[in-house]
Amino acid sequence: MKKFTTTLAASLLGATMLTGAAYAATVAAGDTLAADQTFTYRLLDEHSSVDPQIVEDVSGADVVRDLFEGLMNQDADGNLIPGVATGFTTNDEKNVYTFTLRTDAKWSDGNPVTAGDFVYAWRRLVDPETASAYQWFGDLMSIEGVSEIIAGEAAIDTLGVTAIDDHTLEVRLTASLPYFPLMTTHGSTFPSPQWAIEEHGTEWTKPENIVSNGAYVLTEHVPSERSVRERNPMYWNNDETIIEKVIALVINDENTALTRYLAGELNRTEVPTGQYPRLSEEYPDQAISFPRLCSYYYTFNLSDNGPEAFQDVRVRQALSYALDRSVITEKVLQGGQFEAFTFTPGATAGFEVPSVPYAEMTQDERDAAAVTLLEEAGYGADNPLTFDMLYNTSEGHKKIAIAMTQMWKQKLGVTAVLANQEWKTFLETRGNQDFELARGAWCGDYNEASTFLDLLTSQSGYNDGKYANDEIDALMLEAKTLADATANYTRVEQILADEMPVIPVYHYAGVYMHTANLKNWPVNNVEQNWYSRDLYIAE
Amino acid sequence: MLNYTFRRVLVAIPTLLILIVITFLLMHSAPGGPFTSERPLPPQVLANIEAKYGLDDPLFVQLWNYLKGIVLHFDFGPSFVKKSQTVNDIIAQGFPITLTYGGLSFIFATLIGGALGVVAAIRKNTFIDYFAVGISIGAQVLPNFVMAPLLVWLFTLTLGWLPGGGWNDGALPNLVMPVIALATSYMASIARITRSSMLEVLNSNYIRTARAKGLPERTVILRHALKPSLVPLISYLGVAFVGMVTGSVIIDVYFSTGGLGQSFVNSALSRDYSVMMGVTILLGSLTVLFALLADLLYAWVDPKIRY
Repeated sequence: MKKFTTTLAASLLGATMLTGAAYAATVAAGDTLAADQTFTYRLLDEHSSVDPQIVEDVSGADVVRDLFEGLMNQDADGNLIPGVATGFTTNDEKNVYTFTLRTDAKWSDGNPVTAGDFVYAWRRLVDPETASAYQWFGDLMSIEGVSEIIAGEAAIDTLGVTAIDDHTLEVRLTASLPYFPLMTTHGSTFPSPQWAIEEHGTEWTKPENIVSNGAYVLTEHVPSERSVRERNPMYWNNDETIIEKVIALVINDENTALTRYLAGELNRTEVPTGQYPRLSEEYPDQAISFPRLCSYYYTFNLSDNGPEAFQDVRVRQALSYALDRSVITEKVLQGGQFEAFTFTPGATAGFEVPSVPYAEMTQDERDAAAVTLLEEAGYGADNPLTFDMLYNTSEGHKKIAIAMTQMWKQKLGVTAVLANQEWKTFLETRGNQDFELARGAWCGDYNEASTFLDLLTSQSGYNDGKYANDEIDALMLEAKTLADATANYTRVEQILADEMPVIPVYHYAGVYMHTANLKNWPVNNVEQNWYSRDLYIAE
Repeated sequence: MLNYTFRRVLVAIPTLLILIVITFLLMHSAPGGPFTSERPLPPQVLANIEAKYGLDDPLFVQLWNYLKGIVLHFDFGPSFVKKSQTVNDIIAQGFPITLTYGGLSFIFATLIGGALGVVAAIRKNTFIDYFAVGISIGAQVLPNFVMAPLLVWLFTLTLGWLPGGGWNDGALPNLVMPVIALATSYMASIARITRSSMLEVLNSNYIRTARAKGLPERTVILRHALKPSLVPLISYLGVAFVGMVTGSVIIDVYFSTGGLGQSFVNSALSRDYSVMMGVTILLGSLTVLFALLADLLYAWVDPKIRY
């Protein structure tokens, strides 16, 4: 629980201050800097926006983190470090936070970055007029007055955030949130320049209009082709930044991207499914794999629309037990992914993977248990189990689904009929409980187990299988008020292993090609919040 | 002729209107919407967003406002997915790109394809004919999604002469592969059409007459045979031109050119209604326009056709 301990231990002492040096690119001994400090990487798709309060996709958030700087940043391990704020204090209830802003932070047009810029940005985020898809993040932050503002029942200036003076920002919350400062590393909380937005309207993020306070400024943007950001000489820590120029190229197809990487046009690209073993053999110093905060699973439809058979816990357990996860991770994906027996990935901060009984068995034992369970449930040669299995159209999902159906067919005589749907249709179908067994994947919004386990509470909007368990609801509600909720999370995972509302399949790995001269990539930051200013290109 | 053109333009208006209405309804009847996501938005947030984009109005009101925007302000609305861009921005950015590589492909395909066809027809059943027909059949069976990786393998990975993709403001090295990949199969069709229509013309009575009065073969071909043999080609070129300049998804995806073909497909998949509609209207208008141009060209090449 690295990130939490910093704040938690500190807050025990009452009002405290988080201090420490800002993290920046530090050149390893023996490395000589290359003359050309240009970092070029591949984007899967054009980003949704570079407006901090509007952006909603991961690749856009990566750009925003370079262009703007929030109150706090993360270091290479995901620990909280100062950003525009040099530190913060909080009260005993941890529902009022006061951030102290550095005095040397400037916007790219030379204006100082003030507490007022944050007040403006946070009001803008939750303003119904802005219609940001991330209004809910404001709600998640539990800032005073946020729900009423989103509902249009209160004016935006009733939001519980105040600029005491130019360099002091006070935030009042409706709940005790020990991890609140962590949330200020999220792009939607970054400041925005009121004067530029008022002058240019929605055009303010175009390279000729944009004013930003991060280490880089946007200098070129060809939608669906490239965006270029270059050093911001006004950035307060510009002296310690090394990368001069960052080029993001939109390349839809991952194989094309790999080709261009191999042709020397890129410093970083994703490894296409199944190619990691070959690439890591040919390019051992370039192919990398590290754990990610994401979980891949199949969910049973437990609503009234779902099949009768899945109401029987023995059927759900049999299907989960008979799935040989090592075949999926080692034969299909082959990129260093992890077999999943729990919903929460082991890489999650502060999460101790609990021992659940079926994870302790060998695959042979699980297979035998599965056969018995299914027989007990009354399915067999004379009463075969058949159901539909739905996934969104993609080669990768198809391979996994086929492997799963084969295992069930061979081991249990179960017939799963595969169906795939285009993404939006799939989401609609799954969201309407119009399925029997459906694929799901979840990436953590923040680095703590509740970002996963909340999904399986009965009131969660993301619980597409409509699984409901009172004990889980109570445990997760209680967890929010505990300093250390590990015991609650362990218990929830044990209930999930018993009741098997979802079949955990695997936990993700980030599998990339990085040129050997690209240094300081934060592989240990499981949220993959990276900052170009921390990187450098060696000779 | 003027009268005819005027009538055709008038007919185009209801045609486009029908196209808009049908596309609009089809688009809205597809499951999901621009704001459907893996993380469903809280109802209040979704309501705020839908209100901003007018998606909470009844469908016919949305359609009416949409048409009003186009007619009164030539405004195709904001993109629902690329939040900081308007449809006008997206088309203004992507269309010049596809127009450049598509236009070059068109010129390339027409000149080479036409020349191959003519030569093959004149030297019928000779080695040159077999060679030209062989090339065109070879090109026909190599669709652009096969051509593209082959070209990249050869020019980028093996020889290292050309960049594997990107637009780079349309620099020559970036243009070569997209143009070749897009042009080859069109070129093959053009060659075959030219060859067969040329053969037909060369066998006609007036060519025999021209030869009989002792005209040099050059004059016979260029002056008397070429123009009438263009008639079947023109109807094909109209369609081919629109197909090429409105972009190819394969080319855009494979070479990351940033053209319109990619936006077209992505907008349909992400239910970006406004972008989808905008590109459809552009495609529709161009198709109508070039069908008309082709019809007018007929009258020029074939005096028998009168309007």
